[in-house]
Amino acid sequence: MQMQALPAQAATPDIPVLALDGVTKTFPGVKALSEVSLRLYPGQVTALVGENGAGKSTVVKILTGIYQPDGGAIRVDGTPIHFPTAQDAAAAGITAIHQETVLFDELSVAENIFLGHAPRGRFGLIDNARMVDDARKLLHGIGAKVDPNVRLRDLGIANKHLVAIARALSIDARVVIMDEPTAALSHKEIQELYELVGELKRQGKAILFISHKFDEIFRIADRYTVFRDGQFVGEGLIRDVKESELVRMMVGRPVDQIFPKRAHNVGAEVLQVAGYDHPTEFADIGFTLRKGEILGFYGLVGAGRSEFMQALFGITRPSKGVAKIDGQIRVIRSPADAVENGIVYVPEDRGRQGAITALPIFQNVTLPSLKRTSRSGFLRLAEEFRLAREYTSRLDLRAASLDTPVGNLSGGNQQKVVIAKWLATKPKVIILDEPTKGIDIGSKAAVHEFMAELAGQGLAVIMVSSEIPEVLGMSDRVIVMREGRIVAEVTGPDLTPETLVRHAAGITEARR
Amino acid sequence: MTQLLKSREAILTGAILVLIALISTRYPGFAAPGNLANVFNDTAPLILLALGQMIVILTKCIDLSVAANLALTGMVVAMLNTVAPGVPVAIIILIALALGALMGAANGLLVWKLSIPPIVVTLGTMTIFRGIIFLISDGAWVNAHEMSAPFKDFPRHVLLGLPTLSWIAILAVLAFFVLTTRTALGRAFFAVGGNPHASVYTGINVGRTQFWAYVISGTLAGLTGYLWVARYAVAYVDIAGGFELDVVAACVIGGVSIAGGSGSVIGALLGAIFLGVVKNALPVVNISPFWQLAISGTAIIVAIAFNARASRVPGRVILKRAEHAA
Amino acid sequence: MSTTERHIPDRLTTPAQRVLKSWEALLLAVAIAIFIVNSLASPYFLNAWNLSDATFNFTEKAMIAFAMALLIIAGEIDLSVASIIALASTAMGAAAQVGAGPATLVLIGLGVGLACGAFNAVLVTVMGLPSIVVTIGTMSLFRGISYIVLGDTAYGGYPPGFEYFGQGYVFWVFSFEFVLFAVLAVIYGVLLHKTNFGRAVYAIGNNATGAMFSGIRVQRVKFILFLLTGLMSGIAAVCLTSRLGSTRPSIGLGMELEVVTMVVLGGVNILGGSGSIPGVVIAAFVMGLVTFGLGLLNVPGIVMSIFIGLLLIGVIALPRLWSMARGK
Repeated sequence: MQMQALPAQAATPDIPVLALDGVTKTFPGVKALSEVSLRLYPGQVTALVGENGAGKSTVVKILTGIYQPDGGAIRVDGTPIHFPTAQDAAAAGITAIHQETVLFDELSVAENIFLGHAPRGRFGLIDNARMVDDARKLLHGIGAKVDPNVRLRDLGIANKHLVAIARALSIDARVVIMDEPTAALSHKEIQELYELVGELKRQGKAILFISHKFDEIFRIADRYTVFRDGQFVGEGLIRDVKESELVRMMVGRPVDQIFPKRAHNVGAEVLQVAGYDHPTEFADIGFTLRKGEILGFYGLVGAGRSEFMQALFGITRPSKGVAKIDGQIRVIRSPADAVENGIVYVPEDRGRQGAITALPIFQNVTLPSLKRTSRSGFLRLAEEFRLAREYTSRLDLRAASLDTPVGNLSGGNQQKVVIAKWLATKPKVIILDEPTKGIDIGSKAAVHEFMAELAGQGLAVIMVSSEIPEVLGMSDRVIVMREGRIVAEVTGPDLTPETLVRHAAGITEARR
Repeated sequence: MTQLLKSREAILTGAILVLIALISTRYPGFAAPGNLANVFNDTAPLILLALGQMIVILTKCIDLSVAANLALTGMVVAMLNTVAPGVPVAIIILIALALGALMGAANGLLVWKLSIPPIVVTLGTMTIFRGIIFLISDGAWVNAHEMSAPFKDFPRHVLLGLPTLSWIAILAVLAFFVLTTRTALGRAFFAVGGNPHASVYTGINVGRTQFWAYVISGTLAGLTGYLWVARYAVAYVDIAGGFELDVVAACVIGGVSIAGGSGSVIGALLGAIFLGVVKNALPVVNISPFWQLAISGTAIIVAIAFNARASRVPGRVILKRAEHAA
Repeated sequence: MSTTERHIPDRLTTPAQRVLKSWEALLLAVAIAIFIVNSLASPYFLNAWNLSDATFNFTEKAMIAFAMALLIIAGEIDLSVASIIALASTAMGAAAQVGAGPATLVLIGLGVGLACGAFNAVLVTVMGLPSIVVTIGTMSLFRGISYIVLGDTAYGGYPPGFEYFGQGYVFWVFSFEFVLFAVLAVIYGVLLHKTNFGRAVYAIGNNATGAMFSGIRVQRVKFILFLLTGLMSGIAAVCLTSRLGSTRPSIGLGMELEVVTMVVLGGVNILGGSGSIPGVVIAAFVMGLVTFGLGLLNVPGIVMSIFIGLLLIGVIALPRLWSMARGK
């Protein structure tokens, strides 16, 4: 590709290079997009803002030729255009860096960058030497120290991301879509990404930036567009808008997150963890947890929090470490062992790990409690329905019937089913991993309220969360992890956003 | 990983050489160039089918119908030859290629358009193809004396010291090497099997790529069908019965990952040669040929266990980064 | 928490509605139709003894199909079942040569079946290898051992009394095999549909990770399923050997295909997660009736195998073609 160093002024900022006009997309039973509009201008970053389910990913898929719109128009330079396949979108100069790195582990870095548009030599065969050469130049251009001949699987996550960016730049793109590009990156890598975005702007590329992080949006975006429930809500210049206004547009009503007030009646120690080590994921994890306590685990994404929790729950094996429950040492080799010992885990990945979405609600709820609802191994459906009814009604579940497949429920209600499933086992310790990630505001409040109620009843709660307001609003005590280790334990008046971020990012007072 | 794959191929080459050396200690003539050429020629059908199977497995599919495809094509061309002995071999070969491709396309369409699991499709077509042989031949054999001389001679015709059959295998290996390393379709086979989801985002049609894999596998099976029937000068319902297992075994031994996305032409070639050497060595070292099935089975199991070990995905490294940063 | 308790009904459909809309109901209608067509097409069809003979077309395969159904619902597959039959039959034949009695032979048959199942189970659940390739491998290995032992010879000379398992009748026209088939159908039906184990099978087949995260011992359940499939193959080996009265290494060749077809025809999703034992039972009857009907019309065996192949693909293809046709 050629890097034309266009000055930003040369571009005409008034004509959108890419626009969606009244685009509609319907899936069986769901209207994912309803007559939405979106405009991207050269040399500017447009942030697409919206809650989960607002239709952001559908827009990305339409712009990249994965989905076809049912109605409305896609315009490039004002001319309507169709993208029957991903290659057509690429040919129109639209490229995307996706949320998950969508690359190929078994192919080399150069092949990953040029898959689908490799330089051709004699007889139309791929010119490998030129491909490697071009890849090297591209990687160098974005400051990536990666050998183009190496197999992708041998790279770390950050380098894979750079390869994805190089791939996006390998087609002479006019529009670059970045879908949650910083989700899996460390602090330093995010800074480098910002610099790269600045460079792309200077080259006159139009950038669509999708992010949940408001600080990020206000830092690098020039414009914003807000979607809510598949509908266009508003757009404008970032410098003309306040964060609270954006939030209001996003959720449709003013929101100041209110966390339930609760009495701190912390009881006896129920869980003691000491010296949990893992060869690659975490080291020397130790803490205690008391009855009725909510213990927050804060850290950046990839700090090893979920990895440790999954080891505590018996999914992965730590190389060493001791867990005591009610003072007794317990060996936990599998989730089944953990459940028997009263430790349960609500995973972050609801669809894959939390619920069995094809099975009905009641079967999901009773799955770990079948020993109680059955008699000598034989199912008793009446008992199952009774148990499922009891716990789902406590969580205010909304569903047509208890034999509805969990997959038919909204994210928030799916989460309630997962929590109900664990409460039905009458656990001592419940671990909630990002319990409100990707669920609507209403369900969020219900989950928070319920957590408070559980703690009030004497259950010990561990909450892994990356949302500072949630961590601060819910926790009695917060443990901060960074790069696989516990770096701080924060309580009382020290519980401020600044302290948490400082510890999580490893910023010392002196450096500030 | 590149080194590891190379070393896997080195290990396999080493194993083949050790095997040949061991056999030579009991039967010195085995390692003679003339005999090795015979072994290679004997293995040529397996090599041809393994190349096609490798492509199919790369795309996360499997083709269990190759041996039945081979037998059906072989029977059709053999019967055509008895009815119309004047048809030139070139036309016979074209018919075999087309017929094989057609059967491959049938598999491919069922996988692509109806999303039926590959194992089910090819188990089904395997029996259907065999049944059709019975229907068209009425269970009768086509024997050597019914075939015309040019028909039988083509694969055995010696050219520059090697029979045509061997040359075809060599050409196929070269062609597949170019296909897999230097063409867009070749890279698409790897992409589709390695990460189907990402392939869609890259503009690769997963189903269509799998369809072409089946067409390629079927075409090779058709070609091999003619070569097989002409070389052994006989065609009947059960020829190459169970051969599909040897073909899968050759791929698995050659390091083609059954999970898709990983494998090489050299690997498939070495896997086939390994099995070919074993098969040819059995009578030499006085082991009954009835051992062959069990040996293939054991080889498959050992090879997948080995592959699984080699391709274990490393977990997240969080701590190491911490040490670097510190 | 919430004071307004929302009432969620247990179910919105009645049992009758669920039965009527099921695959099993459709299949049953097909079975009845085939029954009527057969009785019109051939005067020999509607005869208690002829029908009884016809059950031998499916009883052995159906026994394996029950266990295979559970295995496929749990997201795995065992293609080595027919080869387990060969190996178990060979072991029984070898024992018969040195004078083992019927009881010992049965124990040997079941024991070899269990051992083969355990071998598959270890490779899949302990070593974590994909079951399709593992059982393609053991399919060669198990039958390969039979070939090593027997070559092109055969075992015969089974002791008196042993013939009962494949040729005996419990009462009137009801053969031992048919009664065993019926008993096993009930056992597997209860196991899959009425026990915690069965629920775990469904959970694993729908989402093995989710099942593991729910405290299900996934690998243990799968291990047991491979054992059961091996055991059923052992039982089928006893019946088949007893019925044929001899063992060749090619015994039961290609039977895995018919077993898988039966399971798929019975409405079990080949990708796992759903299916039922009643469906497999009806599918067994459908396949038995069709084979019997074609046999009465003097259609040769290999042509029937074309039919089985078409059935296997058609059963999956037709509903998809139907929904594609309706969608557009």
